Amino acid sequence: MKHLLNSFMLVALLGFSGFAVADPEAAVAAVTPTINKGDTAWVIMATVLVILMVIPGLALFYGGMVRAKNMLSVLMQVFVIFSMMAILWATYGYSIAFTEGNAFFGGLSKLFLIGITPDSMAATFSKGVYIPEYMYVAFQLTFAGLTPALIIGAFAERVKFSAILVFMLIWFTFAYLPMAHMVWYWAGPDAYTDAAAGGTAGATAGFLFQKGALDFAGGTVVHINAGIAGLIGCLMVGKRIGYKKESLAPHSVTMTMIGASLLWVGWFGFNVGSNLEANGLAALVFVNTLLASAAATLAWTSAEWIIRGKPSMLGGASGAIAGLVAITPACGWSGPMGAIGLGIVGGAVCFLAVTSLKTLLGYDDSLDAFGVHGVGGIIGALGTAVVASPALGGTGVWDYVTNGVAEYSISTQFISQLWGVGICIVWSSIVSFIAFKFVDIMIGLRVSEESEREGLDISEHGETAYHI
Amino acid sequence: MKLITAIVKPFKLDDVREALSDMGVSGVTVTEVKGFGRQKGHTELYRGAEYVVDFLPKAKVEVAVADQLLNQAVAAITKAANTGKIGDGKIFVTNLEQVVRIRTGETGDEAL
Repeated sequence: MKHLLNSFMLVALLGFSGFAVADPEAAVAAVTPTINKGDTAWVIMATVLVILMVIPGLALFYGGMVRAKNMLSVLMQVFVIFSMMAILWATYGYSIAFTEGNAFFGGLSKLFLIGITPDSMAATFSKGVYIPEYMYVAFQLTFAGLTPALIIGAFAERVKFSAILVFMLIWFTFAYLPMAHMVWYWAGPDAYTDAAAGGTAGATAGFLFQKGALDFAGGTVVHINAGIAGLIGCLMVGKRIGYKKESLAPHSVTMTMIGASLLWVGWFGFNVGSNLEANGLAALVFVNTLLASAAATLAWTSAEWIIRGKPSMLGGASGAIAGLVAITPACGWSGPMGAIGLGIVGGAVCFLAVTSLKTLLGYDDSLDAFGVHGVGGIIGALGTAVVASPALGGTGVWDYVTNGVAEYSISTQFISQLWGVGICIVWSSIVSFIAFKFVDIMIGLRVSEESEREGLDISEHGETAYHI
Repeated sequence: MKLITAIVKPFKLDDVREALSDMGVSGVTVTEVKGFGRQKGHTELYRGAEYVVDFLPKAKVEVAVADQLLNQAVAAITKAANTGKIGDGKIFVTNLEQVVRIRTGETGDEAL
């Protein structure tokens, strides 16, 4: 499908530039890089959708699941983390993630976004097709803002606001930025003119990109990364007072449903926007995202109905998110039926993770940041190797040197995916552990028992969510 | 004078009010309350965490009546709030020493 599309685009570009060249490879080399207005419009829209995902989507999804006395603390954490990451991203984040450096960290050439102008161009996934670099900065900013906010779900209702902000600063710098660089940084398709140039360009890419790990929209960078940080966090912070003794039931599953739905809608910006172009592949990503989340909703609901006796709204909403997480790394390479399969597996496995694994291991991941994002992310990243296979309706992986779909082997790809998952788990665990330890020593992670009983809204923020 | 305190199922509240008005009672006080009796609570499941809800919501109706109306009022509430199922509630009757209508300063039966 992508092959057809690229040929089509090639013809279109040829038409515009007036070349009449018989050899398509020569034609590609001759294309002048231009900013595509349609793609730009789509990326602007997608960026707005990802912001909607975070505020208010994620904030409400999480907020509904805490007790009423902690509602504002969750909303505020998501709101401020997002704002803080935006500023850090412009200051040094973008440069470290998306400029050439070594295989793990980028360089400092675009600190404070220096050198970027309205005319600067960022590569897409088609040769000669670009979008304004400012929009690429903004689009990726929203990812950098979302990821740390996901982590708070693991230790909601008991951690100091100040401790969270300092932790996020460290984690963003040493876990998010290098993961983004390792997985996503590459020289862009235009650098792959022939085998030799491709080899040179490939050597400048991030570590996991070079390993061939596929991650279309952030299965490793965003979800496994945040899920693991959450797991380390809830283990180090400890359980909430009254865990398994008092009622810690969600105060508003209605809010959670609204949040989950906003996440679902916003995820089209996240996944489809990651394609950076409004083309046929974007349409495939759209369909995959839609089907995986629907399949996972049904899978979680069915599993809960069979095992627990009743299908709950919270379960339905959780299932949708689990499916969205699972399809995220695979959405650009899976076929629609692969997406349904991945959604079913993601929904069912995440259900087991949050209902059984958590109890079995005895950690208090308050809002299942690890159970849904960590576990769903791992299922998705590994599952990508299977569903991307052309033999199973996937697109395979595009080779920018030969301008065709490369030969595909599930087992080889699975090894590459294992590299991505493994590095992400180890890297995020180590950075999270050190960061939590540091914050604990400097300012302490937990609020006092009295503050926790009173609720973080009053003790940390001096206000109350509801006056009824 | 007597004070009748009736704990009834919330959805029976309108029937109780109607029955009392019909027999001439001119005012009641209603509070939303929670409690437990013989009726069992229920369990709620949130992502595998199970919570037993012991306290069930009920409506508490307080009505002050003259001595001669007591039996009739208790009968009216009993009839109106009855579903025949467990959890229908209870009626408590206590002596009432004094009643004052704040606007006029009337006291006793006059104030009811």
